Amino acid sequence: MLEITDLTVEVEGKKIIKNLNLCIEHGEVHVLFGPNGCGKTTLLMAILGFPAYKVTSGRISFKGVDITDRPTNERVKLGMGMSFQHPPEIRGVKLGDMVNIALGRKEGTIDEEVIELGKRINISLEFLNRDVNLGFSGGEVKRSEILQLLAQAPDFLMFDEPDSGVDVENVELIGDLMNELLARDKIPSQRERSGLVITHSGFILNYLKPDRAHVMLDGRIACSGMPEEIAKEIMEEGFERCVELCSQKVCAE
Amino acid sequence: MSAKGEEIAERAQRARGKKAALGEDVNLEEYTVETKEHQAIKSLVDFPEKYTPELLDAGIEPSEKDRSGSFLQRDRSVVFSKARYKELEVMSTTDALAKYDGLKEYLWKAVAVDADKYTAEVELAPSHGYFIRSKAGSKVTIPVQACLFITANKVRQNVHNIIIAEENSELHIITGCSVSHEVRSALHIGISEFYIKKGAKISFTMVHNWSSGIEVRPRSAVMIEDNGAFINNYILMKPVKSIQMYPTAYCVGRNARAHFQSIIYAPGDSKIDVGSRAVLRGEGSRAELISRVIATDNAKVMARGDIVGTADHVKGHLECRGLMLSDTAQVASIPELTALRRDLDLSHEAAVGKIAEEEIRYLMARGLSEEEATSVIIRGFLNVDITGLPEALARETKRMFELSLEKVM
Repeated sequence: MLEITDLTVEVEGKKIIKNLNLCIEHGEVHVLFGPNGCGKTTLLMAILGFPAYKVTSGRISFKGVDITDRPTNERVKLGMGMSFQHPPEIRGVKLGDMVNIALGRKEGTIDEEVIELGKRINISLEFLNRDVNLGFSGGEVKRSEILQLLAQAPDFLMFDEPDSGVDVENVELIGDLMNELLARDKIPSQRERSGLVITHSGFILNYLKPDRAHVMLDGRIACSGMPEEIAKEIMEEGFERCVELCSQKVCAE
Repeated sequence: MSAKGEEIAERAQRARGKKAALGEDVNLEEYTVETKEHQAIKSLVDFPEKYTPELLDAGIEPSEKDRSGSFLQRDRSVVFSKARYKELEVMSTTDALAKYDGLKEYLWKAVAVDADKYTAEVELAPSHGYFIRSKAGSKVTIPVQACLFITANKVRQNVHNIIIAEENSELHIITGCSVSHEVRSALHIGISEFYIKKGAKISFTMVHNWSSGIEVRPRSAVMIEDNGAFINNYILMKPVKSIQMYPTAYCVGRNARAHFQSIIYAPGDSKIDVGSRAVLRGEGSRAELISRVIATDNAKVMARGDIVGTADHVKGHLECRGLMLSDTAQVASIPELTALRRDLDLSHEAAVGKIAEEEIRYLMARGLSEEEATSVIIRGFLNVDITGLPEALARETKRMFELSLEKVM
């Protein structure tokens, strides 16, 4: 599904991602751990093709297409979607408009289809009529992002900290919908959708069971392995120690 | 002429050369009052077909469908006026003054005749304008449409409009000012005096559909009595040579309310100096002044707002947002608040900027191209929720807005 080879990414002239390699197969969900500032979000933005995240070497291939120089909307058309951690506020553009856009329609009318999608994630018509992200709480942002992904229905989904700032009740709901979006209810051989999830806390792993985990340190994937093992090591030993331990056993890259 | 009439005429004479406090000075002599009179028409559909697009662009429905009355003035001639409801009167100001002796009392009461050379000009060389009145206690939610149309080159159109909502009545007006594409240069001066009696309400939705050779100097004021309400929607999306106006709502009655919304898209070399002002003199009166301005090309926009609170428990809010689409355009936002009482609440917020890159990227991440994303943001920016209008009229206003926007984007 996604193949990243020897990727280096600069932001404002500063190297953030360094010669990174990552391969996510069809039906696989990977989780990316790492401390703040290690380059996790930068990696997602580079995969999505935001111009401020400049690829200076390497390539990104998606569904067999080299997308390294493609604009974001073309990548999205190929089937990529993202749940943002800090999406911008856009005045006058309603959440319902965003859902319409994600559905590939013109913004404007909030119809039954949009309302039905909203209901699935506890989003009311009133909420759909609010300007997107304007005054949204942390939890509302997450639900709004998931709603837009429900409308978009991409084959490859990226989640930037889907569990941060969400109350317990909604984490479970978000976890359930992430599983649905990623078609995790199917048996592994029939799973078509793939994902890359960034988590700082690992909290979401109580609800979502990824196939593989990576730890990112200083712009590199420092180690990879079984999600539960890695999560456990991080909780108990911290990132650095985990990488140290990891390097002694599993290291795919 | 009555003593009062003479006094007004004298004041106008004295103000002949008085430049306006704001906006560039217009040389009136460049424009003529001597122009061909146009014949009245029996129906709006009899208006020359070549002008239909310009009427439609200004929100005027030639079929009169969903309109409770119509008024059409071409250059200096009133060619059509009709009220379709007995609760309403729609006619030329000239006819109304001849019909109602008492109407003189309303002339130059809200707007001062000697405010500047433009008010003086309308007194000294008037060319009609409309009189619209709703009867006491009536409530017609279907709008009256009024159009001031320019088809003669170099004409000076000096209209004086009087709009009265009698006690506890409701009056909705859509007014479009438009110009034929053949006209290269003209001047429009429009005096509008609104009188909103106790418990009455007027909504006034104005679309300005000028072109790059037209100079425009409207002078409007609104007197709002106890529990009265004025809702003003202003849409300017086309180029204009220059426009300067500062309509003022005087909330003189208790709990009087004024609401102004201005949506301005300024292209080309337009020079726009537009504001709205509310003077809160009645206890508990309220005002909300909202404007959205987009400046592109070489347009220069002054977006003004002024709220004066001189009574207890009044509340006013002013909001101005500007969006810059060009490095050679200019937007100045000038909000003013004046408080003369302790127990009141006035606020303002103003912001001018460019389209945020991250907003474009966010929309692209949902599948839009950069251009599509930009136009969604612009549409959103100008998309002010219209409140206080009957549902059908709100939809119509929205449609007019979308139409105007489609033409420019």
